[in-house]
Amino acid sequence: MTATWIAVLATAAGCYALKLAGLTVPQRILADARMRRFAELVPVALLAALSAVQTVTNGQAFDLDPARLAGLGAAVVALVLRAPFLAVIVVAAATAAILRATGIS
Amino acid sequence: MPTQQAESARPPNGESAGLGRGGRPADRPPRPVRDGIGLGLAVGISGVAFGAAAVSSGLTVWQACVLSMLAFTGASQFALVGVIAGGGSLLAGTAGAILLGSRNTLYGLRLAEVLRPRGLFRVPAALAVIDETTAITLAQPDPAAAKKAFTATFWCLYVTWNLATLGGALGAGRIGSPQAFGLDVVGPAAFLALIWPRLKTGRTERLVALAGVALALATTSVLPVGVPVILAATAALAGALAAPGAQDSPASASSRRAAAAPNDSSPRDAI
Repeated sequence: MTATWIAVLATAAGCYALKLAGLTVPQRILADARMRRFAELVPVALLAALSAVQTVTNGQAFDLDPARLAGLGAAVVALVLRAPFLAVIVVAAATAAILRATGIS
Repeated sequence: MPTQQAESARPPNGESAGLGRGGRPADRPPRPVRDGIGLGLAVGISGVAFGAAAVSSGLTVWQACVLSMLAFTGASQFALVGVIAGGGSLLAGTAGAILLGSRNTLYGLRLAEVLRPRGLFRVPAALAVIDETTAITLAQPDPAAAKKAFTATFWCLYVTWNLATLGGALGAGRIGSPQAFGLDVVGPAAFLALIWPRLKTGRTERLVALAGVALALATTSVLPVGVPVILAATAALAGALAAPGAQDSPASASSRRAAAAPNDSSPRDAI
């Protein structure tokens, strides 16, 4: 077995174990109000950060791609207009795709 | 507060039926399965980029596919092949990839409360705990819809991601880049859309989201890729310790949400 295979399998095992750990933590630790609130707020903080990082960065550098920014902007407009979820992501992707296809950005 | 209690005692269906007549957008029933399949397809196609990146970094097609099948968490997978491509050590690449997987542990804490997975069911369910399934599951109005959303998103994304990885590893990326179809915006738009109702209804949520974004962006250029997003969890910790809502019992929090729902036509986060 090559070293690369070991790295691949160790990564898979580690990632899986971390996922399982979250699901198997005893629910009584959420009996504490602050812990419970933390668990509620974590997805909000992480998904907001992920959305921002994926929009304006590439690796460790800032990367303000106009088509991607316009796509996210279009998503915000769709959300303000109360568009359903799938419409929001279609509008976002279509905006970026059209801007790229037409060479505007 | 008698009004609030009366509101919260009303069954959710009654509320929807009452408000649904006007045909307002948010009064549509939740579409956990349809939304999950849509997100799964759109995000899963990005597996092409992973397959291509993996093979060009020197992994075999099989190694790329095993990562997608067993690790099944995009950020970690990209981190490992990024380090390998950059000539970094396999140990550093593996450690970095596993570190990035820790945000799924935090998601699992919350998902376990909503999905209540029992016994051995947790073994397959754990594989499904990632950004996309968490976002769509926690956006559902009740536990039944949450389970459907979790399952539908997982299966669609898992199958699509793995087929796309194989395709990308075999060179399908040459047909066209996912970026040409705007698919790089799907993740950011979907995550924003799924936390949107919570940002609208909660002041603490808005502050925590803003602080999370600020922390992640401020540290992007100095920390390894992926770590800034994990650092955003400290914003959630600060919010939990500082916000008045932290003292709410679960029951009072849910009755407050139920009471707020009739005035707020956005999809509710009742879970």
